[in-house]
Amino acid sequence: MHHPGTNNKVYKKINDNFEWSSENFKKISEIIKKYPSNRIQSAVIPLLDLAQRQNNGWLSKNSMEKVAETLSMSYIRVMEVATFYSMFNLEPIGKNFVQICRTTPCWLRGSDKLSKVAQEVCETNIGETSDDEIFTVVEVECLGACCNAPMVQINDDYYEDLDEESFKKILQDLKDNKSIKVGSQIGRKSSQPERKFDA
Amino acid sequence: MLKEKDKIFKNLYGFEDWKLEGAKKRGIWSNTKELIKMGSEKIVEEIKNSQLRGRGGAGFPAGLKWSFMPKDSGKDHYLVVNADESEPGTCKDREIMRNDPHLLLEGCLVAAFAMHAHTCYIYIRGEYYSESSNLQKAIDEAYANNLVGKNACGTGWDFDIYLHRGAGAYICGEETALLESLEGKKGQPRLKPPFPAGAGLYGCPTTVTNVETVAVSPTILRRGSKWFADLGSPNNTGTKIFSISGHVNNPCNVEEEMGIPLKDLIEKHAGGVIGGWENLLAVIPGGASVPLLPKSICDTVKMDFDSLKEVQSGLGTAAVIVMNKSTDIVEAIARLSHFYKHESCGQCTPCREGTGWMYRMMEKMIHGNVEHQDIDKILDVTKQIEGHTICALGDAAAWPIQGLFRHFRPEIEKRIQERNRRVA
Repeated sequence: MHHPGTNNKVYKKINDNFEWSSENFKKISEIIKKYPSNRIQSAVIPLLDLAQRQNNGWLSKNSMEKVAETLSMSYIRVMEVATFYSMFNLEPIGKNFVQICRTTPCWLRGSDKLSKVAQEVCETNIGETSDDEIFTVVEVECLGACCNAPMVQINDDYYEDLDEESFKKILQDLKDNKSIKVGSQIGRKSSQPERKFDA
Repeated sequence: MLKEKDKIFKNLYGFEDWKLEGAKKRGIWSNTKELIKMGSEKIVEEIKNSQLRGRGGAGFPAGLKWSFMPKDSGKDHYLVVNADESEPGTCKDREIMRNDPHLLLEGCLVAAFAMHAHTCYIYIRGEYYSESSNLQKAIDEAYANNLVGKNACGTGWDFDIYLHRGAGAYICGEETALLESLEGKKGQPRLKPPFPAGAGLYGCPTTVTNVETVAVSPTILRRGSKWFADLGSPNNTGTKIFSISGHVNNPCNVEEEMGIPLKDLIEKHAGGVIGGWENLLAVIPGGASVPLLPKSICDTVKMDFDSLKEVQSGLGTAAVIVMNKSTDIVEAIARLSHFYKHESCGQCTPCREGTGWMYRMMEKMIHGNVEHQDIDKILDVTKQIEGHTICALGDAAAWPIQGLFRHFRPEIEKRIQERNRRVA
């Protein structure tokens, strides 16, 4: 199954020149302070995360080179990290990065139905980006919200206690640029026991 | 059932304020200075006496682990809190971090003091974005109120605490892989020895411990080790957060006494199995890595480390995954095999190659698309992986498959026969 975070190929954007935004540059000095002064390469994951956020959700070769330069690391060490961790996307993604959890606890509660819904509404296959570049849909391994299964992560937020209908509505609203409700979709507070379930 | 007054996690569901003000109302940070004044030896002694066992999966006695830290090594000491919660089925640390972060922070201060550590890193999984922002806000509040930082809580102990977000790798929940990741490398486990207590983060003495273990420690010190040890049974003491997911009417996290019967746990807290107890097929009692249990064992088994070990399974992270009779049990385990194939770090050959091979084999078994002797072959391969890798991921990939064949071998044999009949 394709996933932009699990391929090992690095893309170089033509004419791409990655420079830190001034806001991120300030953040970097804060991040580096967390680690001993001779161990700043510890900040490689937070910095790659910043670079990815600045670069529309993916890491180009130039952005990784910038991280290497900032932390005085060799490029290969940064690339090693970027390819190892699945949250670093090495190719462009759509505006909404839809990650559907497929591991057993979510599957038991119907995650494969969600995958079908996503393919229909987003008009794309699993692992691919829609033509309008609004959605990239992938299936991922356990996201650690098993008591609120089935669940989906879209960009930074979790959408939990889903069923086909509520998921369809979320995706449609995203398509129509409407605001959507984060968290449990049945109005439950975190993972409290009270709720009704009919499968 | 656990009495309300014995609960440690009073805001597990986030009905109350998670910020400092709310936390103080629940008694957090109330007499931290007195706890610290007990001295590090007394703190470790109390934790030992409470018989608290690590909540991250392995169940190693926490007090003993803390006591491994050298007294005067001349190096910096580190406490690293493992919040890389990725074991399928487990979602307990998430609730602690987003709904009661100060409970964890206070625990960090106490534990770090007991281990002579001035610095603590909390390694949280990258996907937990809102959880990490809650935790960061709580850390900021704690700094602003001088609860941590220089002269933390007025104890004279300097204590810095930092949040470090991971980036989506299950293997970073393994302690040495976590340290590698924290040092800015690929999260590939290290060979042990040296153990982290000798040479951990940046080569300095380090203890890596689970969120829940740290979070319960101030309460143990406050209420006394005897109170904690009286809950549950000897060697399996205290309370535990159980994450109940899968085919139950009300999936939930719940704090309960150690050793509660599995049936009670599911029926009293999770609203019972969908379709009733008789509709139960199997339960994975401790997160994806432990072998499953068929209904006959679930009827009577108690949820603690030793009772589950007796039935050839384990408590793990106490993540109960319930499967009723509508489940394709082979596919359920095949999905777990896919998980391990995806998450293997690729360092050791038996695991890197084995997890992929096992997944492909399991995928075929869903449709009975194998020969009878392949069952023994896959079991043999699981034995070849188990114990032959640096970390326990290889074992964790092998056990669910072994559990499946231990209890459901006839089911797969039936599928093979049916498929042979179809082909013929």
